[in-house]
Amino acid sequence: MKRFSFWHVVVFLAPAFLIYTVFSAYPLLDTLRQGFYTTSDTGHQSWIGIANYTKLLTDPQWSDGFWNAMKNNVKFFLIHMCIQNPIGLLLAALLSLKGVKGAKAYQTVLFLPTLLSVVIIGFIWQLILSPLWGVSESLMTHVGLGEHFAPWLGQEETALITLALISVWQFVGIPMMLIYASLIAIPEEIIEAAVVEGASPWRIFWTIRLPLILPTLGLVTILTFVGNFNAFDLIYSVKGAIAGPNFSTDILGTYFYRTFFGYQSQVGSPTMGAAVATTMFLIILAGVGVYTFLIQRKLQRHSF
Amino acid sequence: MQAKRFTRAALIAALMTAGLAQAGSLTIESWRVDDKALWEDVLIPAFNKKYPDIKVKFSPTAPTEYDSSLTARLTGGTAGDLITLRPFDKSLDLFKKGQIEALNGKKGIENFPASAKVAWQTDDGKTVFGLPMASVIHGILYNKKVFQELNLQPPKTTDEFFKVAEAIKKSGKYTPIALGTADQWEANQIVFTSFGAPYWKGEEGRKALIAGKEKFTDAPFVAAFDFESKLAPYLAKGYQAQTYGDTQTLFASGKAAMVPAGSWDISYYNTNAKFELGAFPPPVPKAGDKCYISDHTDIGMGVNSKSKNKDDAYKFVEWMGSQEFADLYTNKVTGFFSLSSHLIAVKDPVAKQMLDWRKSCSSTIRLNAQIMNRGEPNMENELWNVNSQVLNGKMTAKDAAARIQTGFEKWYKPGK
Repeated sequence: MKRFSFWHVVVFLAPAFLIYTVFSAYPLLDTLRQGFYTTSDTGHQSWIGIANYTKLLTDPQWSDGFWNAMKNNVKFFLIHMCIQNPIGLLLAALLSLKGVKGAKAYQTVLFLPTLLSVVIIGFIWQLILSPLWGVSESLMTHVGLGEHFAPWLGQEETALITLALISVWQFVGIPMMLIYASLIAIPEEIIEAAVVEGASPWRIFWTIRLPLILPTLGLVTILTFVGNFNAFDLIYSVKGAIAGPNFSTDILGTYFYRTFFGYQSQVGSPTMGAAVATTMFLIILAGVGVYTFLIQRKLQRHSF
Repeated sequence: MQAKRFTRAALIAALMTAGLAQAGSLTIESWRVDDKALWEDVLIPAFNKKYPDIKVKFSPTAPTEYDSSLTARLTGGTAGDLITLRPFDKSLDLFKKGQIEALNGKKGIENFPASAKVAWQTDDGKTVFGLPMASVIHGILYNKKVFQELNLQPPKTTDEFFKVAEAIKKSGKYTPIALGTADQWEANQIVFTSFGAPYWKGEEGRKALIAGKEKFTDAPFVAAFDFESKLAPYLAKGYQAQTYGDTQTLFASGKAAMVPAGSWDISYYNTNAKFELGAFPPPVPKAGDKCYISDHTDIGMGVNSKSKNKDDAYKFVEWMGSQEFADLYTNKVTGFFSLSSHLIAVKDPVAKQMLDWRKSCSSTIRLNAQIMNRGEPNMENELWNVNSQVLNGKMTAKDAAARIQTGFEKWYKPGK
């Protein structure tokens, strides 16, 4: 057998290494660097140490908006965790049952919204929920719930929840698919043995299937976390970068956008924006770190 | 070896043609997506009659993304040769960063009065960096058919305004005022700074704020917020989630009687509404008071300092200062009024009516456009937020005024 020479390794690694460095590692490192600089009126950048970060976290002008965005982002994440992932699990469990007619068709239909552009999703839901010509009010009136209708996307109390639910609707297909894939990977013999022992389907699910798919649930959690803390597009397409009413739908992504690019007459600052981006990166890094060190280590790999 | 040489030759050829394509062609950056057809079918051909060798491309970006993507393109050196400029600080910032050229002494600029150039010059007034293109006038458009049917007259005072709104509401057939707060900007730009102008006496109040002689917490400004807080009962159900697009559709469909709007909306309603359109200026607080209109210098044109084709860009700017351009722009882009000193006959009746307000009312620009937007917190964003909350009934007039004043005082020292 011919051994690979050093140059073989270099040549085969080079494309991936180059692309990753140029498009991923370098921008990230440069963002980290820019966070320590400030931009003057003339566009010149100079070193100011951690001043951007102290400003972001302690100056009320910045920190109020930042913590508000942070709080909203946590809410946004919790709604996904409490609604999207359980529904995904439920759908996956139902689809993996034996003898479900048209399981493939359901799978496709449920996964379809994920493939649609966020702009389309935002537009469709704005129309559906529109108090002027949306269908939701008349549908609700038909079942006698008409008086409970409200302009949900426009109210401070409900706007964020509504947007989170729209996002859940769009992305529920992803946890469903992942969980489904791991559910059908469970060997039949284990389930059959349990059936022979006389275990009820309910018990089989809770004590056999669920523990076996825990690693996947962990993966879904971390994907949801990363996805939600990087979220931006849905809020931007429905509420714009100023995330109203009264910043009730402002999340870290929109906050970063306003800081970095500016909005209307607000002039953007690439360096302050880099500081916000770095903070978001650290938050996500911390979340992923906690997950890998505290949770993933305890999860056991089952070999069948 | 042969192949390599061929590739190199091809590369060089490609680079050369790219370089050639640069000379004699101009690209215009703009946020006026709606005017794309007009530029391509009317304005650029008119320019090409005089300068057939210069190829001009109009490449607009959506208004909400314009500023951020333009900044990115200017920094990256890929922006067009001619840059459509927002008024005041946003463009002043571009000039300070050296991204657009000074236009002092360039041909075309002499055709504009000093008042038009204010929006695109340095604070000391010595350097002009943008050619004024057009202003927009704010007012209220109404459905003449509905007013006739209900036997109503366009109101002159705020009392009359609310009486008219009440009468329309009582009829039960129409929404009195088409206005929503989902997009937020209308609350500031076409409600607060337009309806408010008669309260703070236009320029008088605006300049007093900048000079530090008046505060937002003073009576005229609080009264303007207070007026706004009384509008809610006359808006459509669920107006909190109504976007500007919804508002336009609502009024154009004939289901609403009035819409606070700007002259830029005239062309939309001319094509989409089936009824006759009327307009009246913002009502005054008391009968006999002088009327004030928000006549906002909105669009200018500057030259990218990194442009490879500045000579042609200046030729284009010069042409934009001509009578021909002023006439074409005013009459083809209905609702955008040229700022040049040329005499132009406005053909659209509603546009003409709005332009005639300049004779009977005093003109002012948007309250916060000059200087006040410079600091942090950004006043424009604050005003969007606060005014939407006032309209939504979530904030009182007094609190709104106090919040804006507190934010303003944080960074602004008058006379500096």
